[in-house]
Amino acid sequence: MPESLFSSPQSHRTPLLSVRDLSVTFPQRGSGDVQAVRGISYDVHPGEFLGIVGESGSGKSVSSLAVMGLLPTNAQVTGSIEFEGKSLLGMDDKKLSRIRGKHLSMVFQDPLSALTPVYTVGDQIAEALRLHDSKLSAQAAAARAVELLKTVGIPDPERRAKAFPHEFSGGMRQRAMIAMAIANDPKVIIADEPTTALDVTIQAQILEVLEKAKDITGAAVVLITHDLGVVAGHADRVGVMYAGKLVELGTTDQVFHEPQMPYSIGLLRSVPNMLTAGTQRLVPLEGRPPSLAALPKGCPFAARCPIAVDACRDVEPDLVAHDPASGPDHVAACIRGGEIARGEIPRGEVFTVADPIIEGELVDSGAAPVVEVTDLRRHFPLMKGAIFPRRVGTVRAVDGVSFTLKPGRTMGLVGESGCGKTTTILEIMEMTAPQSGSIKINGKDVGSLSPRERHALRRDVQIVFQDPMGAIDPRLPISEVITEPLWAIGAKKADRDKRALELLDLVGLDPSMSDRYPHEFSGGQRQRIGIARALATNPSVIVLDEPVSALDVSIQAGVINLLEDLKARLGLSYLFVAHDLAVVRQIADDVAVMYLGSVVEQGPVSTVFGNPQHPYTKALISAAPIPDPRIERGRTRVLLQGDLPSPTQEISGCRFRTRCPLYKLLDETRQEMCRSAEPELTAHGRARVACHHVEKSTLVDEVALSAAS
Amino acid sequence: MVIAQQEAVEVSLDDEQTITKQRRPLSRNGLVWRRLRGMPRFWVGAIAFAAIVLLSIVGPFLTPWSITDRDIYNMGMGPTLRHWFGTNSIGQDIFAQTMAGLQKSLIIGLVAGILGTLLAAVIGSVAGYVGGVTDKVISWFTHLLLVVPSFFILILLSPLFKSLSWVALTFFLAIFSWMIMAQVVRNQTRSLRNRDFVRAARYMGLPTRKILSRHILPNIASLLIIDVTLGIVSMIMSETSLSYFGFGVQKPDVSLGTLLADGTSAALTRPWLFVFPAGVLIVLLFAISLIGDALRDAIDPTSGANRA
Repeated sequence: MPESLFSSPQSHRTPLLSVRDLSVTFPQRGSGDVQAVRGISYDVHPGEFLGIVGESGSGKSVSSLAVMGLLPTNAQVTGSIEFEGKSLLGMDDKKLSRIRGKHLSMVFQDPLSALTPVYTVGDQIAEALRLHDSKLSAQAAAARAVELLKTVGIPDPERRAKAFPHEFSGGMRQRAMIAMAIANDPKVIIADEPTTALDVTIQAQILEVLEKAKDITGAAVVLITHDLGVVAGHADRVGVMYAGKLVELGTTDQVFHEPQMPYSIGLLRSVPNMLTAGTQRLVPLEGRPPSLAALPKGCPFAARCPIAVDACRDVEPDLVAHDPASGPDHVAACIRGGEIARGEIPRGEVFTVADPIIEGELVDSGAAPVVEVTDLRRHFPLMKGAIFPRRVGTVRAVDGVSFTLKPGRTMGLVGESGCGKTTTILEIMEMTAPQSGSIKINGKDVGSLSPRERHALRRDVQIVFQDPMGAIDPRLPISEVITEPLWAIGAKKADRDKRALELLDLVGLDPSMSDRYPHEFSGGQRQRIGIARALATNPSVIVLDEPVSALDVSIQAGVINLLEDLKARLGLSYLFVAHDLAVVRQIADDVAVMYLGSVVEQGPVSTVFGNPQHPYTKALISAAPIPDPRIERGRTRVLLQGDLPSPTQEISGCRFRTRCPLYKLLDETRQEMCRSAEPELTAHGRARVACHHVEKSTLVDEVALSAAS
Repeated sequence: MVIAQQEAVEVSLDDEQTITKQRRPLSRNGLVWRRLRGMPRFWVGAIAFAAIVLLSIVGPFLTPWSITDRDIYNMGMGPTLRHWFGTNSIGQDIFAQTMAGLQKSLIIGLVAGILGTLLAAVIGSVAGYVGGVTDKVISWFTHLLLVVPSFFILILLSPLFKSLSWVALTFFLAIFSWMIMAQVVRNQTRSLRNRDFVRAARYMGLPTRKILSRHILPNIASLLIIDVTLGIVSMIMSETSLSYFGFGVQKPDVSLGTLLADGTSAALTRPWLFVFPAGVLIVLLFAISLIGDALRDAIDPTSGANRA
């Protein structure tokens, strides 16, 4: 292969890291060997930000672990990995360790398991420093550790350096990991899904820190992620991986706006975009990636590709430049890449054209709400002491939440983890009298129900859980799983069997699979099983607790479409809980934004997302990445300071004021108001906002705008 | 392994008839039985077990000797045509004794072993699932029984056994054997309890009893099956030690345990005293563990045997 293929425009410079034809195979007894990575090649140049995107199992993490030399010993690695001209493959561990951590450093996905729990964070950073510089004294290392913590934006770094990892929040741990990664002025930082475990506002902070770290050290960054939005905003170049191979590589703009590989096109089409979501249906990528243990002949994507021709199934295409205009910078592994590049196959028509969603006029039908939650509160006592427990505080998980769900509509409940959205829906599902406030379902107050009435009402309200693995009993065949609600109400076996086949058909699964056990299904299929179970009793309300967040993006779209179809066909109402704003915008009609146990803004989804008025909503929306590099680069961000306060903390007045960007811009009398009075939800336009100073909230945008320019 | 969605689409495009004509889905019990049937080791275990049970019933009638008869002309003889398994030092027929001992040990082992696990499963899962005060009381009681030496209590109660038959001992053995397993079951239940599928069952309105029997216990079935298998072995052995101290099966009654206890010392000089009772015990335990192993794999859909 010609060398220039994988290089960026600065190809006159020698690459820092050069990976050629890297393959990783895990030998498997009995079945075929797992070919996790199959011949990938790329270059990383100094100061470059390379994004590698792919779904789970595409080999993106394995390839980066191979570069770091961190694969288990049974992995067979072939090809070449050169760092500054020195081959890393075949280097003994001692030599490799000298490079690893000094010139090449890594940030892992899970910062909790990447830090040792028994040493202080400062000690761990100091250790990283002294390992590679034996002349450094302990004091100097400790001082440098504090400095590094300050660099990555940890407040009060002297004190924090002496803290243990468990005393850090997730976002702070990831900062500490980045501090450790940049400690020795590395030349390449490999970040493997560094923000996947974090909330969006924290994610935005961490990505800023990563950018800052890159600027300070001048290091190249390789960011591995499944989130197209994260790549869009930060990467210079993007590589797309599929079934262990790079299938497209180019500058971010090329890959996002002129993709040549149908997989990239499909992936981009299947992701809901915060800005356009809700206007057209998503286009799912049918099927699923091939098993890496038994790869088909030819292009691995052929089975899912709508424009595959016979030749695709014979030979696996190599990465080739297709567009003379962009030259060798943009390569794609597709036989028909040339036709796509030349526009002979319009990109928009590779996959079925998405149907626009007919926007129902948002008139209040006046129908009685199916779910009505008024001033719901749920506090958990915080106990200490094993023998004589005493109350040391209160966790205000839900603290005054009110909303209504009208029949045939979807209510989205959004917020970061710990904001009480899951507690709220579990309270609804419990159907017992809440600690405080009231829950009415179909006009009946659940607190006043007799056990028999409650049992009858359970038919009407069903739930779909987030984790498709945990929500289904692994020991039951799926026909019994999905008809369990019927069994609970005493339906006959013959009726249940008939219904099982109907339901499988309804959610797009083959009814002949009814005898199988859950482990034989993929994540997306299991989520369909979970939905089928929720539909068994013909409920009127379905509570969806993050139903797509555990799924790969290409699978997500199919499940979202299914939910939309079912709602239209069966006249369901959804209570949809999610942290992914784009998904909520796609599916919800109304939205309530929660922060620390209460709703801060509520209204029709287009109003709240189009014109957020509460400073928190503004920050949340601006933090959500958009998979479009042009928009993403030009966006102004309202960044929040710090982490979500613990719900045990007592905050007087407005509970958002400790992180509020608006609060800092207000004059003393207005700040006093925030401190002393808790804002109520009041109508502002078509939305209801809980902020004293809604009219001043544009100040936040102005500041963000001036900061950007 | 899994049919792609494509295929699902094809099926739904087919004539509606294909769905209505389709075979009814099997229930869990049906599936478990179908898988059990397909395992050779289940059949080996089941046939061996059935043979042993049959032997313990008809065995005593196959020989003219009873367990107390003494053949004073053939004391301490090896296996002959007259005494198939030989005789002991006072001329008693080992075959007759082994068959009678087997019968007793089978009853003691099966009843006490299964009952012990059953108690552990019920008590442990209720404590773990219901929680709160119930859990506290049960845990307290379990710990109490664990702390009080059961052997000591059995000795204290021994005058009572003497008046009752050895059958009472079986139940006492069960009553003092469930505690540790109940703790394990309780902890497993507590972690299962917060799993979404259990929560889902609760939101469907399933009563506690049904949640326990349908979701909790099948998910810890492998643990319980191992416990039953080991329980049967340990019950047969505990009975031996109690008998040795004079609380269990008393002479002239015999059990495999008493036979083994008597024969161990002569294992090298007169091996037939030891080898035959031990051999029968080993075959019995082997059969039980084969059945248990097959059952565990049949209940657990993710176990290796079902992957292929």
